[in-house]
Amino acid sequence: MEIINIKNLNKSFGKNEVLKGFNLSLVTPGIISILGPNGSGKTTLIKSILGMVIPNSGDIYVNDINIKNNWNYRSLIGYMPQIANFPENLTVKELFNMIKDLQGGLGDEKPFVDLFKLSAHLNKKLGNLSGGTKQKVNFTLTFINDKPIYILDEPITGLDPIALIQVKKILKQEKEKGKTILITTHIMSLVEELSDMIIFLLDGKIYFKGTIKELKEKYTENNMEQALAKIFLNNTTNN
Amino acid sequence: MLKILKYAFFDLIRSRWSYTYFLFYFIITFSLLYLSADLSKVIISLMNIILVLSPLIASIFGVIYYYNSREFTELLLAQPIKRSNIFIGQYLGLVFSLTVSLLLGLLIPFAIYGIFYNSEIWNFVILIIAGVFLTFIFAGFSYNIALHNENKIKGFGFAILIWLLLAVAYDGIFLLALVTFSDYPLEKFALFATALNPIDLSRILILLKLDISALMGYTGAVFNNFFGAAKGMIISGLSLFFWTIIPLAMIIRKSSKKDF
Repeated sequence: MEIINIKNLNKSFGKNEVLKGFNLSLVTPGIISILGPNGSGKTTLIKSILGMVIPNSGDIYVNDINIKNNWNYRSLIGYMPQIANFPENLTVKELFNMIKDLQGGLGDEKPFVDLFKLSAHLNKKLGNLSGGTKQKVNFTLTFINDKPIYILDEPITGLDPIALIQVKKILKQEKEKGKTILITTHIMSLVEELSDMIIFLLDGKIYFKGTIKELKEKYTENNMEQALAKIFLNNTTNN
Repeated sequence: MLKILKYAFFDLIRSRWSYTYFLFYFIITFSLLYLSADLSKVIISLMNIILVLSPLIASIFGVIYYYNSREFTELLLAQPIKRSNIFIGQYLGLVFSLTVSLLLGLLIPFAIYGIFYNSEIWNFVILIIAGVFLTFIFAGFSYNIALHNENKIKGFGFAILIWLLLAVAYDGIFLLALVTFSDYPLEKFALFATALNPIDLSRILILLKLDISALMGYTGAVFNNFFGAAKGMIISGLSLFFWTIIPLAMIIRKSSKKDF
């Protein structure tokens, strides 16, 4: 079974072709970092998998299910959006209940409430929370149900160092359980610490897919950032 | 859809704006009832306020709510629910919360006044029906506008423009057309032009019920002559119903194709 399989995906916004004949096959679970400069198509890729962006052509399969005109498959994916902005007048508790409700009445927020010390905030309105607390709520919502696949868009922006350590711990635990976790981020230390595989995008195409070790060997660099910069420069100066 | 509706409604009904909107209608209705002993006159004064204000508030709230919940909508889109259910649920949550403010703001003062034992009750009911229709229709318009425009300023501008056109400018343009072409038979044109404006339709619906020909204006009189009061009311009511369905269908259509 392929976890995610994308075949010849094309997506353009107006004249701007973001993904061009994009192919991707993910078979082994683990933490996969999707990297690339701004505008390389990371968000479009993620949103296509989630069905938020509708491709011009091509097929996407999640756990071998074709996602076209399908919405049930989304119960397989936990998604954490980049910007945490929730209905202002609902309480944290109500939001947890709402998301559980939408996911078929299942789920348990308690471990995360304890971990992030959110219990004092449960009855507060979401409009009154600080950015960091909202991000913790966002994280909790993502993991409220046990899913085989998680997609996290810039998951650690705005988190304090203690929460960051906890988030990394959760991600490692989920990986041990055999989950697939897709992460987009610009924070290279996180990538180096956690990733089993990295995918480097440039102009809507994959320029590298493999482990960090393979990346360093291929571009004869000791530093991952330098190796990525090399791909970037090699392929932009030619144009 | 019901789940989304439920939470959108809970969120909105607790917002400061819902209270303000409710209080506005409450105070206005109370003062009008206090100042005038003639219920018909109170209903007509309220009609003039509702016909202008409820479309305006619905338009503004519609765009603001859509843009405000943009990021949360993205989170909902990643949940295992059908797309159209998300948007229809949010739209209905918005409309219901506005309707509750409108309904309670009018109903409480009238109930205290004793409308339930008064022969004017049906005129009052028609007034409320018209207000609710206008809330549905204009919230639908503005929700569509917001769905079509990523740019908030543009969306907001369009929504206000539509309101201004239908609530203020339309009658002027219409009158000008009637004067310019007064040599021609204009009944059918007038009927058609009225059906294109939900605010005019609501006004006619109420005035036909109240049976005040002096306030009906040309189109109202045409409606009255053409169909008679009962049939005229049914036809204007049906037209309003269509005006409610069309934006709803457009929301479903646009939301199924849009990229987020």
